Amino acid sequence: MGQSRVIVVGAGPAGVRCAEVLVAAGIKPILVDESRRDGGQIYRRQPEGFTRSYPSLYGTEAERARALHQSFESLRSRVDYRPETLAWNIYDRQLHTVSAGVTKALPFDALVVCSGATDRLMPVKGWHYAGTYSMGAAQIALKSQACAIGRQVVFAGTGPLLYLVAAQYVKAGAKVAAVLDTSSLWKRVRALPKLAARPRVLLNGVSLMRTLRGAGVKVVTGIEPVEIHGSDEDGVRGITYRSQDGATHRVECDAVALGYHVRPETQLADLARCEFRFDAETRQWLPTVDQDGRSTTPGVYLAGDGARVLGADGAEIAGKLAAWALLEDMGHPVPDAERAALRREREAMDRFRQGLVEAFPWPAEQAARLPDEAIVCRCEAITAGELRRVVNQMGACEANRAKAFSRVGMGRCQGRYCGHAGAEVVAAAAGIALEKVGRLRGQAPVKPLSMAVREEQE
Amino acid sequence: MNSHRADVVIVGGGIMGAATAFFLRKRGASVILLERGLIGQQASGTNFGNVRRMGRPVEQLPLSNRSRESWLKFKELFGEDVELLLNGQLRVGFTPEHEERMATYAQDAKDFGMGMQMMGGKALRERFPYLGPDITAGCYAPFEGHANPRLAAPIIGRAAVREGAQVFENTEIVSVEKEGEDFRVNAADGRTFRAPVALITAGAWGNLISTSFGEPVPMIAKAPQMCVTEPVPYVIGPSIGALIDDPDQLVYFRQVARGNIVVGGGGHELADIENRRAYVNPRRTLLKLKNAPRVMPAFNRLSIIRVWSGIEGYMEDSRAVMGPSARVPGLYYAFGFSGHGFQLGPGVGDVMAELIHTGATTTPIEHYHISRFAKQAMQAA
Ligand SMILES: Cc1cc2nc3c(=O)[nH]c(=O)nc-3n(C[C@H](O)[C@H](O)[C@H](O)COP(=O)(O)OP(=O)(O)OC[C@H]3O[C@@H](n4cnc5c(N)ncnc54)[C@H](O)[C@@H]3O)c2cc1C
Ligand SMILES: Cc1cc2nc3c(=O)[nH]c(=O)nc-3n(C[C@H](O)[C@H](O)[C@H](O)COP(=O)(O)OP(=O)(O)OC[C@H]3O[C@@H](n4cnc5c(N)ncnc54)[C@H](O)[C@@H]3O)c2cc1C
Repeated sequence: MGQSRVIVVGAGPAGVRCAEVLVAAGIKPILVDESRRDGGQIYRRQPEGFTRSYPSLYGTEAERARALHQSFESLRSRVDYRPETLAWNIYDRQLHTVSAGVTKALPFDALVVCSGATDRLMPVKGWHYAGTYSMGAAQIALKSQACAIGRQVVFAGTGPLLYLVAAQYVKAGAKVAAVLDTSSLWKRVRALPKLAARPRVLLNGVSLMRTLRGAGVKVVTGIEPVEIHGSDEDGVRGITYRSQDGATHRVECDAVALGYHVRPETQLADLARCEFRFDAETRQWLPTVDQDGRSTTPGVYLAGDGARVLGADGAEIAGKLAAWALLEDMGHPVPDAERAALRREREAMDRFRQGLVEAFPWPAEQAARLPDEAIVCRCEAITAGELRRVVNQMGACEANRAKAFSRVGMGRCQGRYCGHAGAEVVAAAAGIALEKVGRLRGQAPVKPLSMAVREEQE
Repeated sequence: MNSHRADVVIVGGGIMGAATAFFLRKRGASVILLERGLIGQQASGTNFGNVRRMGRPVEQLPLSNRSRESWLKFKELFGEDVELLLNGQLRVGFTPEHEERMATYAQDAKDFGMGMQMMGGKALRERFPYLGPDITAGCYAPFEGHANPRLAAPIIGRAAVREGAQVFENTEIVSVEKEGEDFRVNAADGRTFRAPVALITAGAWGNLISTSFGEPVPMIAKAPQMCVTEPVPYVIGPSIGALIDDPDQLVYFRQVARGNIVVGGGGHELADIENRRAYVNPRRTLLKLKNAPRVMPAFNRLSIIRVWSGIEGYMEDSRAVMGPSARVPGLYYAFGFSGHGFQLGPGVGDVMAELIHTGATTTPIEHYHISRFAKQAMQAA
């Protein structure tokens, strides 16, 4: 029997731990990642030549980052690692990748998708002005390039990243004009019992708050963003929000980082024809997986934040569990006791995850209140009013139908950024449950594909 | 059980069904239009969007011209804009044989008002400077165009509703039976619809119903392959198709007003009509990416952002089934338009309404009669 052809997409915590287990079982996986270096999102490495220390880059997570990078270094000769390689399609049990203008079809017996998560975004009037970034982009600018997105930055939205990235900016010496959280303190207090499932992480969160307060950063909770002010020439100039008492306030700034926690990157799962189910808790469609990451498509496994947002530690566990599931399905022995222990550990993380969802909820109700002139789809510059028009006048109450009529989700991002908010706007305008709106059908390419690509055989 | 009745019941709410419903209402008949999903969701909503006559078999041109009348007054007729751009159609070729083929067609179809002009490579590049150096000849038809298929059939459907048609979406028809003088059309959820006249406009699924009346046709469901680029400044003008001998190497494209370029070609995949799935094979996407720059080298600087496909019924002889049933009085067909029915849609609706209402048509459609397959059906029986 020939070597099993196993591919892992993503060299973040999930992908690296997955590859490690596979290598230990004598398999040499292909490891594909679109980034220049390993580490994934959280343990993103600085470019060669930059020399910031682990503690300055990764803070409290420095040791975990170092451990993951070291594991990867020791694996490197035993995996077929392909950096700067985008997986752009899956078809007929082949993964299509593109790198430096060359596309290849890689046949696989098993595929583990560890594609991570990206920011979940709710539009606000004026968010199309230059100077509005997603929370992730704000963090990447700092981690990868050591630069801030502006001289006076407002962080708005909700979720743990809101405080984390703001604190990272403070530590890097940038001026943080305000942190504006749509969730209320009260929700966080109520979620405490669940958040206590991971005391260390909870304490880290508390210490972030302390960093922000210590630096005199204004932190307001329970707000609703009203408008980002600016102009096409000069970009962002300020942001207005409404506080819990109904009053509006304006903060001057030249950049806004926006984000409402994160959402799994699921296009590859979609292209692999995995089934999805509606997750009422987080109000989104997620691929169906069993406890170890088996999708509904045989031979396709999903691990890490790309399947379910559990954070970096959870992703490491999920990567291992998926590798064992794969090995088990191929008839290899798996360490039962260790697996059982990891499954238990992950349950605690899942409790914590639920705590986060409750403490920092997706502000679905804002979609209904978005003014008609607010842009929902930035790629195609389509407003909430236009989207509502196709719902009300053309009866487009289904996600793909609303897209077909309005173009929301038809641009470069293919709905990855506007899809969730667009569906909320449709549901609210139509007066139907979000689940009934359905989800946008995914199609290749996962990201824009140059027409100049050349095809090569492996 | 819930039962509805009308003068005519139409099964299949693509552009054919919607347009026929509209024109039947204009003639005063009461109409029920039944659609499994949403109006225009299948081929009519996913197609490339060419509204062209050039390249069609000559015997189809009268029908195509009749359809053109409706396209030209689309907004007036159906009430909403369909993003029709009439910037011409250009066919280009790479060999003397291609040139000869285009010239022959231009000659054969010269009486149908397309104003076709043969152009040499140099003249082409002067007028359309973005064309590639390998192109040796072209045929330009200045009055042709393209429109937005995502909008067209739904607009016609809404117009039909305004005219008084009863449109039932999310209504899957499981059988059509003749019961006395009436057709009884049964939905999966138990509702029934009755009318003395039934029209089958079920696209790639039409054969399932004609077969149940003893009239099977040789049709397969195919999935033509599409992709679209990011938006770029509007420069192209005509909708362009290359003449290439191997269908897998074919490429055609059009630029929409907001700048994206839709690119078709690369051959077909088979479609799965049972599960209503039409997949895009990356091999075919890559074929298009390889061949498109031969027509317009600047494609090499663009990226595609999405691929898609749709399900269309292709007849063995590439001709649709259109007209009355050969066996069952009161039963009519209009399906199997073999990849070029979008442009024909309003005309087919107009002609079918005329046929049902008056018993005859002023536009010849004998070519499309289902009886041409009767011999085969007998043999199969
Ligand atoms: C913007 C952002 C910032 C975050 N910051 C923090 C933080 O500071 N602290 C914290 O605890 N948690 C943070 N998180 C959460 C943390 O990143 C995740 O929990 C963790 O990285 C998940 O690991 P993963 O292996 O599942 O995915 P990731 O680490 O995201 O790795 C996924 C990898 O897959 C690659 N990939 C994805 N799709 C493709 C494709 N189609 N082709 C090729 N490669 C592909 C990506 O390049 C990436 O390297 C952040 C998340 C986000 C989205
Ligand atoms: C990708 C692609 C590109 C194309 N490009 C062009 C082009 O550029 N120019 C051009 O002129 N033509 C083009 N065509 C062809 C054109 O789209 C079709 O010929 C035309 O849309 C057919 O219309 P229709 O109404 O017959 O079929 P459809 O639009 O498929 O409508 C048939 C309807 O019947 C419904 N139906 C079927 N069975 C049942 C049932 N049992 N119960 C209820 N409802 C049922 C279906 O759900 C469907 O909505 C293209 C086709 C495709 C797929």
